[in-house]
Amino acid sequence: MRFSGLRVLTEGLTGNRGWRPHWRDPDPRPEYDIVIIGGGGHGLSTAYYLAREHGLSNIAVLEKGYIGGGNVGRNTTIVRANYGLPGNSEFYSHSLKLWEGLEQELNYNVMMSQRGVLNLCHSDGQRDAFARRANAMVNQGDDAILLDRAGVRRLVPYLDFDNIRFPIYGGLYHPRGGTARHDAVAWGYARGADGRGVDIVQNCEVTGIDIDNGRVTGVQTSRGAIRAKKVGIVVAGRSGQVAAMAGMRLPVESHILQAFVTEGLKPVIDHVVTFGMGHFYISQSDKGGLVFGGDLDFYASYAQRGNLPMQEHVMEAAMTLMPVIGKARVLRSWGGIMDMSPDGSPIIDRTHIDGLYLNCGWCYGGFKAVPASGNCFAHLIAQDRPHPAATRFRLDRFRTGVGLMDEEGTGAQHNLH
Amino acid sequence: MRIPCPICGSRDIREFDYMGHAQALDRPDPGAGAQAWDDYLHNRDNPAGPTRDLWFHGMGCGAWLVVERDTVSHEVTGATLARDVKGGAA
Amino acid sequence: MRLDKPGQIDRTQPLSFTFDGREYSGFAGDTLASALIASNVRVVGRSFKYHRPRGVFTAGSEEPNALVTIGQGAAAEPNLRATTSELCEGLVARSQNRWPSLDYDLLALNDLFAPFLGAGFYYKTFMWPAKLWERLYEPFIRRAAGLGALSGAPNADHYEKAYAHCDLLVIGAGPAGLMAALAAGRAGLDVILADEDVRTGGRLNAERIEVDGRPGADWAETVTDELRGMGNVRIMTRTTVTGAYDGGTYGALERLSPEVAARTGAPRECFWRIATRRAILAAGALERPVAFRNNDRPGVMMAGALRAYVNRWAVSPGKTVTVFGNTDDAHRTAADLLAAGVHVAALIDARPEAGTDLPVRFYAGAQVVNAHGRGGLEAISIATLSGIDKVQTDCLAMSGGWNPTLHLTCHMNGRPDWSPALAAFVSRDGAVPGLLTAGACRGDFSTHGCLAGGLAAAKAVLKDLGKRARATDLPVAEDAPYRISPLWAVPGKGRAWLDFQNDVTVKDVKLAATENYSSVEHMKRYTTQGMAPDQGKNSNVNALAVLADATGRGIPETGTTTYRPPYVPVPIAALGAGAQGAGFAPQRFTTSHDLSVEMGAPMVEAGLWYRPGWFPREGEKTWRQSCDREVGMVREAVGVCDVSTLGKIDVQGPDAPAFLDLLYTNMFSTLKVGRARYGLMLREDGHVMDDGTTARLGAHHYLMTTTTAAAGQVMKHMEFVHQCLAPQMDVSFISVTEQWAQFAVAGPKSRDLLNGILDDPVDGDSFPFMACGAVSVMGVAGRLFRISFSGEHAYEVAVPARYGDSLFRLLVDRAGELGGGAYGMEALNVLRIEKGFITHAEIHGRTTAFDIGMERMVSAKKDCIGKAMAARPGLSGPDREQLVGLVPTGAVKKLTAGAHLFDAGAEAVRKNDQGYITSAAFSPTLGHFMALGFLKDGRARHGEEIRMVDHVRQIEARCRVVDPVFFDPEGGRARG
Repeated sequence: MRFSGLRVLTEGLTGNRGWRPHWRDPDPRPEYDIVIIGGGGHGLSTAYYLAREHGLSNIAVLEKGYIGGGNVGRNTTIVRANYGLPGNSEFYSHSLKLWEGLEQELNYNVMMSQRGVLNLCHSDGQRDAFARRANAMVNQGDDAILLDRAGVRRLVPYLDFDNIRFPIYGGLYHPRGGTARHDAVAWGYARGADGRGVDIVQNCEVTGIDIDNGRVTGVQTSRGAIRAKKVGIVVAGRSGQVAAMAGMRLPVESHILQAFVTEGLKPVIDHVVTFGMGHFYISQSDKGGLVFGGDLDFYASYAQRGNLPMQEHVMEAAMTLMPVIGKARVLRSWGGIMDMSPDGSPIIDRTHIDGLYLNCGWCYGGFKAVPASGNCFAHLIAQDRPHPAATRFRLDRFRTGVGLMDEEGTGAQHNLH
Repeated sequence: MRIPCPICGSRDIREFDYMGHAQALDRPDPGAGAQAWDDYLHNRDNPAGPTRDLWFHGMGCGAWLVVERDTVSHEVTGATLARDVKGGAA
Repeated sequence: MRLDKPGQIDRTQPLSFTFDGREYSGFAGDTLASALIASNVRVVGRSFKYHRPRGVFTAGSEEPNALVTIGQGAAAEPNLRATTSELCEGLVARSQNRWPSLDYDLLALNDLFAPFLGAGFYYKTFMWPAKLWERLYEPFIRRAAGLGALSGAPNADHYEKAYAHCDLLVIGAGPAGLMAALAAGRAGLDVILADEDVRTGGRLNAERIEVDGRPGADWAETVTDELRGMGNVRIMTRTTVTGAYDGGTYGALERLSPEVAARTGAPRECFWRIATRRAILAAGALERPVAFRNNDRPGVMMAGALRAYVNRWAVSPGKTVTVFGNTDDAHRTAADLLAAGVHVAALIDARPEAGTDLPVRFYAGAQVVNAHGRGGLEAISIATLSGIDKVQTDCLAMSGGWNPTLHLTCHMNGRPDWSPALAAFVSRDGAVPGLLTAGACRGDFSTHGCLAGGLAAAKAVLKDLGKRARATDLPVAEDAPYRISPLWAVPGKGRAWLDFQNDVTVKDVKLAATENYSSVEHMKRYTTQGMAPDQGKNSNVNALAVLADATGRGIPETGTTTYRPPYVPVPIAALGAGAQGAGFAPQRFTTSHDLSVEMGAPMVEAGLWYRPGWFPREGEKTWRQSCDREVGMVREAVGVCDVSTLGKIDVQGPDAPAFLDLLYTNMFSTLKVGRARYGLMLREDGHVMDDGTTARLGAHHYLMTTTTAAAGQVMKHMEFVHQCLAPQMDVSFISVTEQWAQFAVAGPKSRDLLNGILDDPVDGDSFPFMACGAVSVMGVAGRLFRISFSGEHAYEVAVPARYGDSLFRLLVDRAGELGGGAYGMEALNVLRIEKGFITHAEIHGRTTAFDIGMERMVSAKKDCIGKAMAARPGLSGPDREQLVGLVPTGAVKKLTAGAHLFDAGAEAVRKNDQGYITSAAFSPTLGHFMALGFLKDGRARHGEEIRMVDHVRQIEARCRVVDPVFFDPEGGRARG
């Protein structure tokens, strides 16, 4: 069924009786060409692009809970391509281009809103580092504008320019960045993949990976054994556990990242704004809630919930940066499990086992990567060579030191990125 | 979350810095080879359940602690001075 | 209307207030909601999506409809619940989400388009043309959505945060909580009793229930008086416990009463972190509505809330009230209304077997199927076995049963269990370690059950903590059984509301199921059910029951969504209290701060420190003029600069030499006493962490310096290396950054200046380059280091911090006499770039010793932190970007930090990128711009002409690759 305003109209006039499931709930078949473990944004988009661009449809996505229940449904919805290092540059650029046509591609309104992302800087040194990153963005073909203090003031006059602890020197503005409706991204890809014959199997937990002679042959699941020629692992925070089923020990530590939303308010923040002297980023959802977050809680965790110290720290950043939102009330806090890598950048690579592919290490930047991650992972799985936009996301880079992408420059400690 | 610092008693985690798994205590020999160093610095068991990790009581006594903790429930079951753990292992 | 009965209001204290500009009055003890009801105001707000008129629905913090903005100007606070807002004199309240007025709201049109605005309609449209999303659709949606508006002014009120510690936190001061606190308090535990209401008593204030033969509220008052008299019990009213966190930590939001908050300096609200050994949750239960057609009409409200309004506040929302329910609470409501003299037009009990002795028109086994009256309830339709009865009524009290308030038990990933007997979810014991439940939140709905449950929980805690319980009698109270026949949604046409705030109806949930959003989480996210300010407190259980029915699953199998903190919304200003303005981070000031400010220097943030940018002199109009002059001063005479912000770490012990050898890439065990050496420190991953000079003051005594930025990180790293890697080393160290004021004295006349203040003058022999030692500075024991960050003959002189201010004044004064003076960060930066000295602009966390040309400083003779990983193939070699100097050669003379480097003829795109500039400045010494940067294989490319492109500053320049040391490459000036 094709969605459109006309369809909404005709259905409305006929009692909304014609709507159909957006995806099926098939039982798993005994064998597939490709099994994707993980029904999050990345897994679903992988399946979608395998079907859409590589003509494959004998594919299953196995999800232990409900699709989109992990980080794709728990983030602060920010989409951007403002990275500074080669490897990340071309990948996120590719992703942003896919975002820009996603509604039409999926025939599902994911509400990609290119409202602009503004990173604030608070010292000369930070401004120079921003300039370097901005120039890298332009070199890549993306958009970046270096704003001075007056320029920032014109764009976001409600910041505290006069009393803030760390004065605002300027900002890096990325007009094509913005936000998207996070759940809808998972659902849109699910619907698109399902429509192309992919089996999306929910409540199906993978309990083992079958390997014969160095080659993957299938998976064991809570709903029985499934044979597969190729298997892709795309399970974010759970990467360590699933890879362990194949005898692998990954350069990943799972951490908790919290996020927050306030009660609905009339429009007050029109862009995505980030604070440079404390991890804090904020935007306002179309429903009116201020959606914001900060840094990791810093301890390894699978709990999907955090503690007060970081919550308070985030609110403190909000109060020094934009005391205009002081009277907004935090309605809900939640957490996701972040697959933190040693350099803060992801891994999309083959493994030492034939037919077994790995996609992980997204840290807390996975949402904006959803289209390109699936697109590039599908390419790797289908063609056994990396997509040109994802050649540097190698698993062995930590051992060799070749092509590390430590954007923050904080070094090989997983929770510092 | 609160950590029972052997020196200071039960303290809120906001007084501590976290570093990662206590495997960081087991620094390889300089010539142990690329794989040993890769395993030491990068690769992790990343357990969902009981773990031992390193916390620094930076806003307290300055001790590095090996904390026994559960990554799923966040239950903290014990803390030992890292120097004692290390001393015991040596 | 106000009833002619006492209630818990003070009629001697009338209060006037305005709502939407109209003046009304109430009494002390009223909430805004009760006062509005007393004034016969029925419509208090508009719904989120369809903009339907709405009236007061509950009497608590779960209120979905009566959300208002209170206050004016910067003090205006949106989305406050009228039901928990205490009335005070002069209160100004406004309704929200309507335009132009509450009565005539243009977007009420949405209600007519409801067939097209069902669950998730926006996912299916607004896609064409793509550009219109940002330009048209989204702005319209944003303006229509949202609830209240922020004032637009920065917060001007005071908020606070505080800590509290106790043995037992009792959450909720109803009968269960009071009993628990009483027993625990008598036994000597440190108890905090928190309740979100302004007074203790809970439902006892809202019901006509007796305890020990007295009105329940009187009993509560007596118990509260006893608790107040105990030194070990703290009663915190107006305090909502918002979240359960790890390790017995709870968050709580305290609202100050309007009178207290109005005092000068008093906070409006305070966010508490309560660390407790045990907790008892006695938070009661929340009544749930029944979904039927138009059940959102103003005048339809919860039965328990109606009883609270009648009994506590002596107001009735209607003259002719009807009651609809599926438990005995419907009967209790009718009885209370009759006792208060309010006409009850009908009592409808959905249970077929029900009966009543009350003198009212009674329907058993019947259901309300529609509510009539656009602007407010006028009549209801009742479906009976014999047909539809229409009854005129202006207020319908409804009760679909009670949901235990178990939210806190689920804050640590606990899931509740379904109880078929209660037709409700109940908490699982042990879901939050150390937390017990008691009373209605445990599913014990009778007053006796609450009292007994509270006492039992307290006894369990006492036993657990090894305390003896003192004799505490259980008061006598009603123990009526709870009989419920589940009723979630009355079948029929039209829209029946589940989530009043987000306008989610039974149809929406069914549509979600049809479209296979059948997981409860999918349903929630697709329909927005439970995502509004009440977080589904009024609606979630009903909605998942409807979903269970639509999907053919049971309720337990369908499950709940996740309960998340906070239980009630918390202002950002409360959680972030103290951080507004400068409070966000500590401020560190050097001893030279006052003089620097006196001299007009702009003080610039450097980490937490403030340092002078430059020292303007008369006639200097730009920073560059001052900076150039200061550079010249240092190169030609003498300059003085405060360098106290650099980290100073005192290292002592027999193993201090070996310890420093492990920390630094180079050797410090071979350093002679009385000498200093530059050291390079790596992270274990082989990248540069920090650099600085370390002086050997004695055989077992060193003084290390770190950069200002990395001081804390280095200290922590040293503790790690010592305690975790080398605890056998006999070494101790401590930060002495704040103990010493240290000043650089640099320039050809630096020795002249110094010898004027040293009690024993120094010369080239006694104090050669890189010498260090104790000196006497005008009688004060100090230290002198002959080190240079400017390339000039220079010293750093240190004195105990208490002498810093006077020494700095003296040095600046004497420097002036020698043709020099103070210099700031800008000049310091130019001086170091001229010499090719690096800072964290260069060692930014991704550079290696190889990159900065210091690979030979990694000693081959010993191990050090980072050495093994620095040997990885990717960390050295011609593919690496290496430190170079750059000078302009073309028409454009300016070089900028952050620009990228390209081959002379290459297009400025990523694949041609050869490197970037880290530091750039105009050198007054050289008379042109210079820059440090990293260039692919740069050391092999000295002399090459390349292209610098700074897209974002629109500067492009040709430049030549040179050695990074621009000035005095032989270093003669520093040594001489």
